[in-house]
Amino acid sequence: MAFSIQMTLNGDKRRVDLDDPRVTLLDLLRERLDLTGTKKGCDRGQCGACTVLVDGRRINACLTLAASLEGATVETIEGVADGTELHPVQQAFIDHDGFQCGYCTPGQIMSAIGLLREARVHGDPERVREQMSGNLCRCGAYAGIVEAVLDAERQLAGNTERGAA
Amino acid sequence: MSDFAPIVAPARQPQRASIGQPLKRREGVAKVTGSAVYAADNHPAGMLYAVMAVSTIANGRVSGLDVAAAKAHPGVVEVMTPANRPPLAKNPDDRDNPFMFRLDVLQNDRVRYANQPIAVVVAETFEAATEGAALLAPTYDAEPPQLHMNADEAAFVPESVGPGAPTQAAVGDVEAGLASASQRLDATYETPDQYHNPMEPHAIVAAWDGDRLVIDSPSQAMTIARGRLAGLFGIAADDIFIRSPFLGGGFGCKGAMMSPQVLGALAARLVNRPVKLVPTRAQMYGPLGHRGATRQTLRLGLDDTGRLTALSHHARTTSSVFDEFFEPAANISHTLYASPAISTSHDAVRVHTGTPMFMRGPGEASGSVALESAIDEAAHACGMDPLAFRLANYAEQEPISGKPFSSKRLYDCYAQAAERFGWAKRVLAPRSMRDENGLCVGWGLGTATFPVVMFEAEARAIIRADGTGVVETGAQDMGQGAWTALAQIAADSLALELDRTVFNAGASDLPDAGVAGGSGHTATVGNAIDAAGRDAIARLIDMAVDDADSPLHGVPAEQVVARWGRLQAGDDAARSESYADVLRRAGMAEVEGHGRGRADADVAERYAMHAHGAVFAEVKVDPDLGQIRVTRLVGAFAAGRVINPRMVESQFFGAMIWGLGFALHEKAETDPRSGRIMNADLAEYRVPVNADVAGIEALVIEEHDPHVNVLGIKGVGEIGVTGTAGAIANAVWHATGRRVRRFPIGVADMLDDDAATG
Amino acid sequence: MKPFDYLRPDSIDAAVAAAQAPDAVFLAGGTNLLDLMKGDVMRPARIVDITHLPALNGIERDADGGAWIGALVRNADLAFDDTFAHDFPAVAEALLSGASPQLRNAATVGGNLMQRTRCAYFQNTASACNRRAPGSGCDALDGLNANHAVLGWNSACIATHPSDFCVALAALDATVEIAGPEGRRSVALTDFHRLPGDDPADETVLARGELIVGVRLPAEAAALAWHSRYLKVRERTSYAFALVSAAVGLAIDSQGTITDARIALGGVAAKPWRARAAEAGLIGTRGGVEAYAAAGRAAFAEARPSGDNAYKIRLGQNIVARALARAAAGTPRELPALPGSPFATEAGELAHV
Repeated sequence: MAFSIQMTLNGDKRRVDLDDPRVTLLDLLRERLDLTGTKKGCDRGQCGACTVLVDGRRINACLTLAASLEGATVETIEGVADGTELHPVQQAFIDHDGFQCGYCTPGQIMSAIGLLREARVHGDPERVREQMSGNLCRCGAYAGIVEAVLDAERQLAGNTERGAA
Repeated sequence: MSDFAPIVAPARQPQRASIGQPLKRREGVAKVTGSAVYAADNHPAGMLYAVMAVSTIANGRVSGLDVAAAKAHPGVVEVMTPANRPPLAKNPDDRDNPFMFRLDVLQNDRVRYANQPIAVVVAETFEAATEGAALLAPTYDAEPPQLHMNADEAAFVPESVGPGAPTQAAVGDVEAGLASASQRLDATYETPDQYHNPMEPHAIVAAWDGDRLVIDSPSQAMTIARGRLAGLFGIAADDIFIRSPFLGGGFGCKGAMMSPQVLGALAARLVNRPVKLVPTRAQMYGPLGHRGATRQTLRLGLDDTGRLTALSHHARTTSSVFDEFFEPAANISHTLYASPAISTSHDAVRVHTGTPMFMRGPGEASGSVALESAIDEAAHACGMDPLAFRLANYAEQEPISGKPFSSKRLYDCYAQAAERFGWAKRVLAPRSMRDENGLCVGWGLGTATFPVVMFEAEARAIIRADGTGVVETGAQDMGQGAWTALAQIAADSLALELDRTVFNAGASDLPDAGVAGGSGHTATVGNAIDAAGRDAIARLIDMAVDDADSPLHGVPAEQVVARWGRLQAGDDAARSESYADVLRRAGMAEVEGHGRGRADADVAERYAMHAHGAVFAEVKVDPDLGQIRVTRLVGAFAAGRVINPRMVESQFFGAMIWGLGFALHEKAETDPRSGRIMNADLAEYRVPVNADVAGIEALVIEEHDPHVNVLGIKGVGEIGVTGTAGAIANAVWHATGRRVRRFPIGVADMLDDDAATG
Repeated sequence: MKPFDYLRPDSIDAAVAAAQAPDAVFLAGGTNLLDLMKGDVMRPARIVDITHLPALNGIERDADGGAWIGALVRNADLAFDDTFAHDFPAVAEALLSGASPQLRNAATVGGNLMQRTRCAYFQNTASACNRRAPGSGCDALDGLNANHAVLGWNSACIATHPSDFCVALAALDATVEIAGPEGRRSVALTDFHRLPGDDPADETVLARGELIVGVRLPAEAAALAWHSRYLKVRERTSYAFALVSAAVGLAIDSQGTITDARIALGGVAAKPWRARAAEAGLIGTRGGVEAYAAAGRAAFAEARPSGDNAYKIRLGQNIVARALARAAAGTPRELPALPGSPFATEAGELAHV
């Protein structure tokens, strides 16, 4: 059962051929489109390592059937930086040591970007902790992750203000 | 040379020593952009996907596999079973040393634990391989499994515990100490099976080129892994190339080469194409190691002043029915508290599980939670503040051996963490503190300790004609920060700035860096690098002082110092020249030094060498609903020299969170009849989530240790697990009066009347 | 995963028709379906993807204050709809206490109603489970059952329904709108899920091919918004299923008398459990600690352990009492940082005053 879907992937409109409807978005990215930044930790929606943005919202790519994404906009970790210019969330993760082994990090960063787009943190670390709880970090970098998200929120707010002025 | 791009620091560092600087992770950009390549990210041309089928019984034989159904599934290329598995040169049930584990690589139809690999399906796609494995629909001749560690009649005393430690140890007369005590405590604590669960499974991408094997697979010990594979496949170690630039966490389960990885290499051999095999998360609960359950009995004798008269610590552990690893849980009582009489002992029961093995803080983690709980119970029995009680029993020399400590700043750890935490405001009686919302508040303390472990490592340091340096060793970064911390040591060893030093690691064709484990990687490899760098400098100095055209000509070599790319005669800045000048005049492209790092047996004979720490925990418990939250953790640790305080703090945080998981969350639930692990996932096997870590601080206590090794490094990776779990359990008791001796502590424990023994 | 036909119909009628085939399932958010397919717990032969049906994706308000929620509305979109959350705060709090942000962004209203039990023996295909494999038995009865049902169970099945959302819906008299080959019908949410009976596999009232198109909340439910909470006890602070949870709503008149009371329980039965006797005992009273404790006892009057889970009865009683006390104190203007949690701090402005 071969068919194709149209999607916008990291800003590029593309047609993706699928020979098998069982392929998840995660396996599509990793095994067929050579976008291996998105990681598989549990493949069951229990760890968040595969977090990507679909239509601007963070979701678990492992529980998303690629076939259902006709017309969708997908953003992955590979599309976050602007050339060599890191996204503020990426830089904040480095600055606050928000990772150790790095395996959960792409998912954490995509989740953090999604969270900041949801605009419900308001500088409250408790809200960051709760809203980042869909991303397990076995190394235990949570303290740095929370600081990074708060720092990025401040920076993005500053950018917006400057942009408006 | 390894074939991945060397990592170079993004910004020029100021001209100063790199060691001690809180540098950011040098591989950070790679990790935050998704460009860091982990094993499963590799995709050589022609690669096929392999998926394991695993047993659903814990004991018996596989009586049938529907290979035809699997092969008939579109895309399936081959099914590997005991019938067609390529031969091995070595019996996978043989083992030569304590770091080698017996494997389940389809050598027969025997099943000895649930989730044991019983076949491998290889297909053109992951989807086809997965469904092929499901279609095998195995049948079994099942036998009743032995699952219960309480089977006293089956208990035995193993030959050794941990990696070759004695099963028993004693000093003084414990029974006499107990008999003379004015108070005695006798308490039994239980800890469950726990699973490492690194976020990255043990992926392997294996490609054969004739009898040469190239694999991408996360490894905490590439040289050991290579040796293991060489033995199994009957090829030379040099014909195996392992790339492991980044591990997605290790925690002890990626030290040995495990069955799924060997099966990946076997499958690649069978189909004669590159193969990727990644265990599912569920398959991580079986063939890939775990922390074995323990049941520990502590007997403490106390005199009128709250001093220990005797300390007896017995640990029952479990191991598999086919291999040897026994959690050395009681041995933590050798070192921590002064007592005129101490005895430790172990016995074990074999159960139908995968073999337990090293897991972050092996022995110490499980032992600590029992010992620290018992110490807390003893303090309460004496009516003493838990910190005062620990200070009253402070060990000035190692109790079991009588040796002096090479260094020990535990007192400062207690003092500074207590101050930071506000311990002085603690109310002595349990159940006496509440917050503004009516939640019970408890404050608890645990002492942390971990031995100084060194393996063996080699490094190579090169000074190049352009005055830059290259340092190479097959070190493994599982997140602890080797790419950064070892590079800092490398730069200092060559007296170069960090951005003029290339550091290569993470591949098996580099000098053997030993094991990233035992909290000993930085100490071992760091000292190898330090020696290599100094060796290279010494060779360069010899060239300079022998060279009539050098401003250093004739200066005694021992008076020449290396500073930031230049050699100089003592303090005489006028007599100096650059590394590049020395090499240029000599017409040499580079000068190379070599170094080794390993424990000094003589020092170990004379000193007890341990890192120490103190962890204070605040928990809140809802008095009616029983839910528990750790609201604050404050640790202070003295662990010798700190190479990178930023990374060290992260190590302490991570391990403290492991302690939190130990106390409140982690437990594999085994069905009491089938032996299947019923929560083999990341939803019901609970590791802490972000919201579980409400407040965490780690203080680094500066400690100069002139004995442990040249650089004075002790190690920081595991100590944070110890102390923390006990501190939390003690805080739960202080909040509620409920002394829970079976871990993890959960909601039901807070609601069950019988648990209130305070 | 078994190979399946993938269909993407362009109308509700076409979807219903496509799902008449044997072993057909609807795909919405996929968060539960894909998980179960990966575990081979479900092996459908046909997937009918309804995610592209716009008619199922909207939140509509009635003139009288009621609400209609399309079956495809994502959990997060519903919880973050400020008007909806203002009027049905317990629903929003229940939604936000469940799963993770990623799952809430994908999971749908209809899918939440259809999610299957977390019972490990249901999830593990090697185990006996009457719900997954009718007639095979129930390994949970003598197995690991600390998280199992204390109400409405029988020896055929002791599993619980895992939803948070449905608990709040049950408290608020929600109805489920269903499209089928015979047309449309509505069912009370409290009647939508079945208790085990003789055939635990028969989990809902849906017939083959029937599709949930939406959920309706009556106007009376919005009248409870001043005093409406969800409380959930779990072993982790977040990202964990409930051990026991409760959704409550109160209407309190100007004299302080309770004129309406709603209590529903999660994690205790194979369906969200409405505690009507406990509600009746509160109406006409002025509430208070004793009254809430009595309501807790009444809610669990018929509870009995199905295994190693007697603690859930006391826990459930206490949750009901605490949730009522929280609700009586007033719904907070902004949901707490830890929605549904015992550790949600009670500080902050109240809404609806």
